[in-house]
Amino acid sequence: MSNGAAVAHDAHAHHPALAHHFESLDAQKEASVLGMWLFLVTEILFFGGALTAYMIYRTWYPDAFAVASSEIAILPGAINTAVLILSSLTMALAVHAAQTGERGKILVFIAITMVLGAAFLGIKAYEYHEKYVEGHIPGLGLPFRFEEEYYRPAQIFFSIYFVLTGLHALHMIIGLGIMTWMLVLTRKGVITPEYYAPIEISGLYWHFVDIVWIFLFPLLYLIGRHVHHVG
Amino acid sequence: MPTNTYLNAATTLKSWLLTRDHKRIALMYIAGITFFFGIGGFFAALIRLELVTPAGDLLTDETYNKVFTMHGVMMVFFVLIPLIPASLGNFLLPLMLGTKDVAFPKLNLLSFYVYLFGSLFTLYAIVAGGLDTGWTFYTPFSTVASTSAVVPAALGIFINGFSSILTGLNFMVTIHKMRAPGLTWFRLPLFVWALYATSLIQVLGTPVVAITIVLVAAERIFGFGLFNPAVGGDPVLFQHLFWFYSHPAVYIMILPAMGVVSEVIAGMARKQIFGYSFVAFSSLGIAIVGFLVWGHHMFVAGQSIYSALVFSVLTFIVAIPSAVKVFNWTATMYKGSISWQTPMIYVAGFIGLFAIGGLTGLFLAAMGLDIHVTDTYFIVAHFHYVMVGGAIMGYMAGIHYWWPKITGRMYNEFLGKVSAAIVFIGFNLTFFPQFIAGYAGMPRRYHAYADAYQVWNVLSSAGASILAVGFTMPLLYLAWSLKNGEIAGDNPWGAVGLEWNTTSPPPTENFHTQPIVTWDAYEYPTPVEGHVV
Ligand SMILES: [Cu+2]
Repeated sequence: MSNGAAVAHDAHAHHPALAHHFESLDAQKEASVLGMWLFLVTEILFFGGALTAYMIYRTWYPDAFAVASSEIAILPGAINTAVLILSSLTMALAVHAAQTGERGKILVFIAITMVLGAAFLGIKAYEYHEKYVEGHIPGLGLPFRFEEEYYRPAQIFFSIYFVLTGLHALHMIIGLGIMTWMLVLTRKGVITPEYYAPIEISGLYWHFVDIVWIFLFPLLYLIGRHVHHVG
Repeated sequence: MPTNTYLNAATTLKSWLLTRDHKRIALMYIAGITFFFGIGGFFAALIRLELVTPAGDLLTDETYNKVFTMHGVMMVFFVLIPLIPASLGNFLLPLMLGTKDVAFPKLNLLSFYVYLFGSLFTLYAIVAGGLDTGWTFYTPFSTVASTSAVVPAALGIFINGFSSILTGLNFMVTIHKMRAPGLTWFRLPLFVWALYATSLIQVLGTPVVAITIVLVAAERIFGFGLFNPAVGGDPVLFQHLFWFYSHPAVYIMILPAMGVVSEVIAGMARKQIFGYSFVAFSSLGIAIVGFLVWGHHMFVAGQSIYSALVFSVLTFIVAIPSAVKVFNWTATMYKGSISWQTPMIYVAGFIGLFAIGGLTGLFLAAMGLDIHVTDTYFIVAHFHYVMVGGAIMGYMAGIHYWWPKITGRMYNEFLGKVSAAIVFIGFNLTFFPQFIAGYAGMPRRYHAYADAYQVWNVLSSAGASILAVGFTMPLLYLAWSLKNGEIAGDNPWGAVGLEWNTTSPPPTENFHTQPIVTWDAYEYPTPVEGHVV
C-alpha cells in the first residue's frame, strides 16, 4: 500500500525526532512546551488543595501553628532552600548548553543538578528522623509529644507538614528519574540544538518543584516564629 | 468499502494493544466503558430488585451500602467521566481538526492504560472487601469508621484521575496547535468547543480531587489528623475539596454530550447552528461558572448562611448558559428539514430529559427547597436525569450518528428507533417516580423504606427492566452491523464537517490529502422560503 504518508516521507528527509503528525520540529516543540505548562497548572491545583487545608487550619489555630512551626529547626530547611536554588541555576545552565549543543556541558550540569537534588533528599530524610526522635510524627501509632495546650491542633500542623513535604519529596524523586533519562538521551546524541525540547521541558518541571519548596519553606518553617519567641 | 482503513492497516493483537492511532484508542475506550457500564448496571439491578419490597429482604444493610457505592463509583468515575471525551472525542477530535492525530499519541495510549489499570484496581477493591462509603467518600466515616476497602478503591480512582487529566491536557494542546490551515477558532465545530471546555475542567478540577484522595488515604493509612474532629479537624473541609471537583465533574459528563447534540442537530436539520458563538461561549461559561457553585452540596452541612446564599445565586446563574444552548438548538430546528433518524430521536430525548434534570437543579439551588429534599430520592432522580438522561443519551446519539464513520457500515435504523423509544420510556418510568417518592420524603441509601413509597419503587424497578432492554438492544444490533450492516459510504447523512470529508472508515492518517479550510462550520445551503428542499 503506498499511501500518502509514505510518499511524503520519501519526498523530504525528516529529522529523526520529528513525529509523523507534526509539520516541523518547531511546531512539535511548541506543543510539548504548552503541554508541560498545562501539566504544571495541574500541579499547582494539586498542591493548592493541601495548601487550602493549611490555610484554613492556620486561620483556625494560629497560636498552635506558630508554636508547632517554631519547633522545626530552621538550619536544615535553610540549607535545603539554598541547595534547591543552586540546582535551579545548574538546570538553567544545562538547558543553555543544550541550546548551544555542548553535549559535555549538558552532562556535567545535569549531573550537578542531580547531586544537589539528592543532597536535598538526604537532608530531608535527616529532618524526618529528627521529627521521629522529637515525637512529632502524628500517626503510625507513634507517641506524639507536644505541650498540653496545643496537643490536638499541633497534630494537624504536623500532618500537613508531612503531607506537603512528602509530596514535594516525591516530586523530587520523580525529577531525579527524569534527569537520569535526560542523561541517557544526551549521551545517545538525541539532544541537538535543533531538538532539545526534552531538556527544556524537564527543566520547567525541575524549576516548578523548586518553586513549590520556596513556598513551603516560609509557610511551614518561618511564619509566626517571632510570635512564639516573644510570647 | 475503501481498501485502506485504520481497521485493516494492521490486524495483529499487538497492533491494537500498542497502537498510537487515536481512532483505535477510542475503540478500546468504548470497549472498556461498555464493560464497566455493564458492571455498574449489574449493581443498579441489585438495587432495584432490593427496593421492590419495603422490607430489606434481599440484601443486608451492609451489603446494600456496598452495592449502591459500587454502582456510583463504577458509573461516575469509569463510565460517565471518560464516556464521550475518551471515546467519541478521541475518535473525532483530530478528524474535525483536519489533522493526523492528537498532539501526544503515546500519552494518549498511556491514558488508556492508566484508565484500565485504575478501574481494574478499584474493581479489585470489591473483591478485597467492597466499599461502603458512597461514591462521595465522606469523612470521618471513610477515614476512621468504615471497615471496607477504602484505600484500594480510592487509589484506583486516584490512578484513573491521571487518565482524565492527561486526556484533557492532550486535547487542549491538540486544539491549540494542530488545527488544519484555515481552521480558525470560530470555524471549529461546536463539539470541539465543548471538548475544549471539558478539558479545561479535567485539567483544573481533577488535581483537586486527587489531593483530596491523598489526604483521605494519609489519614486512613498513617492515622494523620486532617479531617478528623477528634484532633480539631473539619469534615466539612473534605466536602469543600471534594465538591470543588465533583460538581464541575458533572459538566465533564454533560458538556461533551451538549457538543454531540449541536453536531447532530446541525447535521439532521441541515442548518447552520443558530447563534454559533453563543453556543460556543456558553460551553466556556458553564466550565468557568461551574467551578464556583460547589457549596450547594453543603446547604445542610453547617455552612454559613452568607456563603450558602452566594452559592445559591451562582447556581442559578450557571443555568443561564445551559438554557442558552437549549434555546439555540430549538431555534436551529425551527423550519429545518429535520430527518428523524435514530441520532435525532436520542437528541430529542436528551433535550427533554436534560430540561427536566436542569430545571429540578434550580429547585435544588433554592436553599429552602433543598433543605426539604436533601438526601431524598428527589436528588437521586435529579442527577440521573442529568447524567443518564443527559450524558448517556448524548453518547447514544453520537454513537449512532458517527457509527457509519467509525465502522463504515450502517446500523439497523428500525431497531435503532425502537430502542431509542424504549430507552426514553424506560428511563422516565425508572426515574420520574423517584421525584415523587423523594418529594414525599423517601430518603436515599437505605435498603428498607416505609410502605407508602412502595408503589413508586415498583414503578421504578419496572422502568429499570425496560431500560435494561433498551440498552441491551443497541449492543446487539450494533455488533451485528459490524459484519452485516449496509455499506455506509463516506457521508450517509449528507453532513458538512471535516470528518465527513474522508473515507468511512478513515485511513490511519485520517485524510488522503491535507485539508485546507476556507469555510465556516455548518455551511449548509440556505433553504428558500416556502420551498421544500
Ligand atoms: Cu453540584
